[in-house]
Amino acid sequence: MSDAVEVKTLIIDEQEVSARRGQTILDVARENDINIPTLCHLEGLSDVGACRLCLVEIKGSNKLLPACVATVFEGMEVSTNTERLQKHRRMILEMLFAERNHICAVCVSNGHCELQTMGQEQGLTHIRLPYRNPSLNVDASHERFTVDHNRCILCTRCVRACAEIEGAHVWDVMGRGINSIVITDLHEEWGSSTCTRCGKCVQVCPTGALFDKSKVGTDHPKNPDFLPYLNLMREAQ
Amino acid sequence: MSKLKLATVWLDGCSGCHMSFLDMDERLLELAEFVDVVYSPIVDTKVFPDEVDIALVEGAVASVDDEIKIKKIRAHSKMVVAMGDCAVAGNVPSMRNPFGPEAILERAYIENATLQQQIPCVVVPKLLKVVRPIHEFVKVDVFLPGCPPSAETFHTALTALVTGGPLDISALTRFGA
Repeated sequence: MSDAVEVKTLIIDEQEVSARRGQTILDVARENDINIPTLCHLEGLSDVGACRLCLVEIKGSNKLLPACVATVFEGMEVSTNTERLQKHRRMILEMLFAERNHICAVCVSNGHCELQTMGQEQGLTHIRLPYRNPSLNVDASHERFTVDHNRCILCTRCVRACAEIEGAHVWDVMGRGINSIVITDLHEEWGSSTCTRCGKCVQVCPTGALFDKSKVGTDHPKNPDFLPYLNLMREAQ
Repeated sequence: MSKLKLATVWLDGCSGCHMSFLDMDERLLELAEFVDVVYSPIVDTKVFPDEVDIALVEGAVASVDDEIKIKKIRAHSKMVVAMGDCAVAGNVPSMRNPFGPEAILERAYIENATLQQQIPCVVVPKLLKVVRPIHEFVKVDVFLPGCPPSAETFHTALTALVTGGPLDISALTRFGA
């Protein structure tokens, strides 16, 4: 990368901000303390634009763009919290809640779940869609960790943390659409997979889908903050 | 001003919401200035009254009896409040949904029973195939999530409802709270 950084000027929520070429809208917004809700995004991992919560409006375009992967351009005018976006965000969250069995009251992540918190922040008081109540597995074959597919929102943070940070790529996604699930190796039990037991996937999981058997309950929030530091240290080497 | 008629109902829930409601303690006296409790598991009335102003409904709809009750409650209440996660979202009672009622009856009354192994078929109401939140059956005016909603949540929300003040549910409570 050349030393001469190309600067772009744009407007986010009527606030004039400057950005470097190639930066995402989300990145620039957060640098300027403008909150755009996200679930699949996690600092330190690549972005996939899977959850669609970060959709923003761009003036002059009918299309909504995911702020985590859309890059800035000169003169761009971004709105991050219009009524239309709030409506879409609530609908996305309602679909996530209705899709699998999210029983907050008895979940290991009750009180420190990003989906639960996001629901509250976005003003969700009930789910207008009928619950699907799918029959899903809980794989507790691993000596330290458990995967409960009832709570998974398919953000793929675990997949990315395992592949990009740990370099093991044990996690992946199987199936299509509503039948997708995260799997270890070629859909083998977690306990007999090639898992390195590092636990990064557990720490980055936003819900109670992945948890440490010895650390459940409100005293054990997850700590995904290690990721940016780890990346920083590796870059420094 | 005449007092508002308040009813509280217990469908498929654990009564925890009613316990939390009672946890308002002395604040119940404040509330009693505004409302008369005309029907509730904690009062003696046996039949749901014809005219109720506010009905607090705990529990999900899990049986044919629950379904009849919630429809009756709606027909006779000006305002229906889904009280707690079971009424709002199905919650713990809905955990049987992926398996179906036959499987859990079998488990409870045959597999785990040591005496008189038989599935009850008289007196107790028939279970619905799927446990659902009350808004899938009737129109609900206010949703109060939480398992249970705290006494503070009850106090703030009910005060707002009886006085007609502003009410921001998400600032008070959430699913699983």
